[in-house]
Amino acid sequence: MPDHLFLIPFLAGLPLAVLLPLLGNLLRLRDEWLAALGLAHLAGAAGLAGLSLHLPAVLGAPLGAVLAATIKFLSGARGNSAFAWMILAGWAATLLLAANSGLGEALAHAVVEGQLYFASARELGIALAVCVCGLLLVPRLTPRLVRARLFPLYERANRLPAWRWHLGFDLLAALAIAVATATLGLMAAFALVFLPSWIAFRRAPDWRRAAWLAAGIGLAAYGLAFAIALRLDQPFAPVLVALLVVLAALPRVRHGERFEPGNRG
Amino acid sequence: MTCDASRHGGGALLLCLDELVAGYDRPLSPPCSLELARGEIVGLHGPNGAGKSTLLAAILGSARRHAGALWLAAGLRLRHLAQNPQRPQAPVSGRELLAWLDARALTPPPRLAACLGRRIDRLSGGEYQLLCLWICIAGDADLVLLDEPTNHLDQTHVDVAVEEITTARERRGVLIVSHDRVFLRRLDARVVEMVPR
Repeated sequence: MPDHLFLIPFLAGLPLAVLLPLLGNLLRLRDEWLAALGLAHLAGAAGLAGLSLHLPAVLGAPLGAVLAATIKFLSGARGNSAFAWMILAGWAATLLLAANSGLGEALAHAVVEGQLYFASARELGIALAVCVCGLLLVPRLTPRLVRARLFPLYERANRLPAWRWHLGFDLLAALAIAVATATLGLMAAFALVFLPSWIAFRRAPDWRRAAWLAAGIGLAAYGLAFAIALRLDQPFAPVLVALLVVLAALPRVRHGERFEPGNRG
Repeated sequence: MTCDASRHGGGALLLCLDELVAGYDRPLSPPCSLELARGEIVGLHGPNGAGKSTLLAAILGSARRHAGALWLAAGLRLRHLAQNPQRPQAPVSGRELLAWLDARALTPPPRLAACLGRRIDRLSGGEYQLLCLWICIAGDADLVLLDEPTNHLDQTHVDVAVEEITTARERRGVLIVSHDRVFLRRLDARVVEMVPR
């Protein structure tokens, strides 16, 4: 159990460590796993823009990500290309904002790398609210998103209001990733979306167990990373990312498999 | 032919095409007329490139109607088996798929039931084709559109497919695109010939 000084920061990241891997499973199913990095970059830029207007990063970041997700939905863009555009735009905006505002590059780095140790009750409340929304929505969205992926003409042929669940999922993912970017950091948010689902998609025999496995990996890696970072006085985000990378790579090395991270997405 | 639902009575007519020409930027299918009522199986037969799949796409709303008329019964529930069904590498079991696609109204044939616990990306091509076919058949659809359902199937699997489609016959209408005349004959389907434009 972390020292009580770090209890709120620890609890603020905990709900996101459960929710992001579940969203990662659905993003991977849609071949949109790059979403996390695209949305996180834009969330970082929006968080920084918010800070320059004296708005907390945890509020500014979601505004940018939700706006980006809405534009993506309205433009009909699908797949990883849309998120590659977001990465480039977000990266450029972050560095230009840092260079041309009074915030300085140090603060830009803080937004990109996360400020988990400084998380307050506000971050905890927002993370909890997003997590509850996500855990309520994910089971309802999953069958619809699976159907849309496997039978893409079904919705159109039956005149179903498919835009509701596609937009709903885009917004949920944007919101969760943005809050995670502002709290845990850009790469930590991306790693929690990308790596647990990467493992679960290889190991799990069905979707239910893939969800448990991904969420369990996220939770375990988060808890372990927090403990290691505190004990060894290390920045949290790189420790979490390193742990997840090791967790993902280890079983393949142990089984003598050729490790090809690019293979099969 | 003019589409007249009243001739069939009781809302039995599900689909009517009257000299329908379908395509995308330009017309691709020859004019086609047919009526399909509940309890019927109609086969669209013709060589590759005859525009059979494009005609199905027009019924599904993803291809354009260039000429003729297309009539679908109001509130029609449709299921469609694509020529090459999408199969992502994902941990989704056959059983989960049946549940999520509301395809549990009928008991699956034993050969299919045996592989429902496996991930869809670990089924053989034939097993996955049978699963997708069953999802179309065992749901609540009024009209089932099947595009080359015997793709990837060996003879044993074709026998199961015939069994599956015949099971569905009484409850719904089935429109099948196929170049396999023997298969259509085994289903006792009314065949509409399509000749390339």
